[in-house]
Amino acid sequence: MGFEDTALLSRILTMMTLSFHILYATIGVGVPLMILIAQWVGIKKKDDHYILLARRWARGFVITVAVGVVTGTAIGLQLSLLWPNFMQMAGNVIALPLFMEVFAFFFEAIFLGIYLYTWDRFEDQRKHLLLLIPVALGAAASSVFITMVNSFMNAPQGFDLVNGELINVSPLLAMLSPAVPTKVAHVMSTAFMTSAFVLASIAALRILQGSTHVYHKKALLMTMKLGLVFSIATALIGDFSGKYLAEYQPEKLAAAEWHFETEDEARLILFGVLDGQEPKYAIEIPYALSILAHGLPDAEVTGLNEFPEDEIPPLWIHYLFDTMVTIGMWLAFFSFVYVVAAWRKWPIITKRWFRWLTVATGPLALIAIEAGWWFTEVGRQPWILRGYMKTSEAATTSGQVDLMIILFAGLYFILGIGTIVVLSRMYKRNPVEKELAQRQKADKGGDPE
Amino acid sequence: MTLEIIGISVLWLFLFLYVIVASIDFGAGFFNAYSAFTNKQHILTNIIQRYLSPVWEVTNVFFVFFFVGIIGFFPQTAFYYGTTLLVPASLALILLAIRGSYYAFATYGARINHRGYIYMYGLSGLLLPASLSPVLAMSEGGFIKMNGSEPYLDYWALFTSPLMWSIVVLSITAVLYISAVFLTWYANKAGDVKATELIRKYALVWAGPAIVTATGIIFELRGHNPEHYSRILDLWWAFAISFLLFIGTVYLIWKKKNYGLAFILLVGQFFTAFFAYGVSHYPYLLYPYLTIYDGFTNESMAIALIIAFIAGLGLLLPSLYLLFRLFLFDKDYVKGKSDYHA
Repeated sequence: MGFEDTALLSRILTMMTLSFHILYATIGVGVPLMILIAQWVGIKKKDDHYILLARRWARGFVITVAVGVVTGTAIGLQLSLLWPNFMQMAGNVIALPLFMEVFAFFFEAIFLGIYLYTWDRFEDQRKHLLLLIPVALGAAASSVFITMVNSFMNAPQGFDLVNGELINVSPLLAMLSPAVPTKVAHVMSTAFMTSAFVLASIAALRILQGSTHVYHKKALLMTMKLGLVFSIATALIGDFSGKYLAEYQPEKLAAAEWHFETEDEARLILFGVLDGQEPKYAIEIPYALSILAHGLPDAEVTGLNEFPEDEIPPLWIHYLFDTMVTIGMWLAFFSFVYVVAAWRKWPIITKRWFRWLTVATGPLALIAIEAGWWFTEVGRQPWILRGYMKTSEAATTSGQVDLMIILFAGLYFILGIGTIVVLSRMYKRNPVEKELAQRQKADKGGDPE
Repeated sequence: MTLEIIGISVLWLFLFLYVIVASIDFGAGFFNAYSAFTNKQHILTNIIQRYLSPVWEVTNVFFVFFFVGIIGFFPQTAFYYGTTLLVPASLALILLAIRGSYYAFATYGARINHRGYIYMYGLSGLLLPASLSPVLAMSEGGFIKMNGSEPYLDYWALFTSPLMWSIVVLSITAVLYISAVFLTWYANKAGDVKATELIRKYALVWAGPAIVTATGIIFELRGHNPEHYSRILDLWWAFAISFLLFIGTVYLIWKKKNYGLAFILLVGQFFTAFFAYGVSHYPYLLYPYLTIYDGFTNESMAIALIIAFIAGLGLLLPSLYLLFRLFLFDKDYVKGKSDYHA
């Protein structure tokens, strides 16, 4: 088996693991904040529904976290198993945030265990709420640290490479690469946004299935409001990300936009097909690329023709970029309509087709997350460490990667199905109406369940 | 003390902690499956759900800590071990996934208590040490070889090596022994007389095999890696202390006295043996290619990692204390009088 081949196989396995893990990781970062907000609102408003909402979310959350731990351990090890040459080099420069990520997760795991197993243990709900703060902080911190590692791969700094030797290593500089501010902000805001929409989908689905309890309406309105806030934040941060790319990774932005000639007053191209260097059937927005890249309609945007042919990312990332942006825009627009409609009491909100659109927000957000990560990873090619190490040089020489692909594909398939089956079974067996009735009975002097 | 020594000591300490907490977890799963097999399931299931479910994610982090830490302090290990461990480490990941999903799907979630799942979960507890421990054998040299500048694993040499198989057997017996001693204490604290009696028996049964296989490995090493063997002999006193601690544990369990102290002595036994083994392995990470000196990271990274480690520990120790106070030392919780699961 040739050198190129193991690199390709290693990419496939890494892609599989990351694509699967990122769904759980995104929920893992975002949902603790949602639980925190629900429980806090419940305490503030003295509304048991919100507290129960937090509790039921927490039950589902722990299952996704457990699968996330498993897949996270897998990607952690696979980095060294599949990309030993990269890790050998990167370990010297970027090991610090990787190491800190473990501590952040450690912290999160400890308090998650405590939080889950101490419901109703405290007289004062606020004390229990306090235990959730380290969970949310640990989850956020671990995503910050791991995004720092990814940022370093995109905009490496903090070392000098002289005759193949790494010198003048500065772990802090490497950790705080120029990609960090936009990337970290983008990862966080999309995690919160996606989690809000996923939870909104569930509530909308329950209403569509005929549940009329006010509990679901409260849940839906709250999550749609949160979704709106974070999708607007995501759009703003996305704009900054465009400016970051224009400055530090112009080839990625140019490939995403099929922008070949360096020119000012550059147009933004949405979808379409490529004929040579000419996009066809595309939606074109004049000046928009110049604005996205530099904030001015007449700014000059670097084109792909400035780069050597073998350092240009594949051009199909255009579609990934478009998918991500279109979904993001749609979610911001839709949640805005939803919140206004709920506020003005427009009847449209109770229409079935509108409910179905609401159900679609969660899956759409998850698709956008996938498209975004595929875009950033494929868009960095051919580099694993931009400007320093190509992906093909980093891969393992082991001949068994193909077998491992089959093995892990089976594993992720089972874990994915298992998550869906277990979550739906858990909530079906114990619907909220039943739980509320039990709690009322318990309050009247019966035994708590 | 050099930075290299500090680095490897920190990692070795965390690996030791992983060995202890993971053994408890792995062994408990096996005993659970075994008692399901002999229809005594209810005796153990409770204890497993009360202690292991809240802490298994924390257990797993010890493992992640070790492999992330070793890449951080000794990046060259990625080159030698990363390439060669693809298959065994992937198998270990699959087994870890079985355990993780058991907690997620069977204990937190919809309570799928299918027997097949319980057996798989139990079996994974034995297969995991069997898939992880060969790395210790590999580090003794002779199994990882060089093909030009590329390392590869000689599977034939590995699978026909008595040293590798003794290490595998030791890891399994040690898992069962450590777990049984801990669970005896936990069951006793929980006031569960039946479970205590049952697990106490397991502890006594597995004590003998554990010590015999451990001693066997030292003799295997004489033929396989004489250099390492002679360094072990220099440290004979540490292994002697370890053996005395072992006698102490067995005595207490036998006499049904002070199970808490018995477990502490057991931790001491493994601690001395584990560190004596580690010290005698010095300075090699992989015989004969890699020592802790030529595989070490640069100085600024090492210092940064150590600072991060100390800061992280400042955060972790109080949190771990809280966790254990709630789930290990809280009498009502341990006895199952209170259940506050979300």
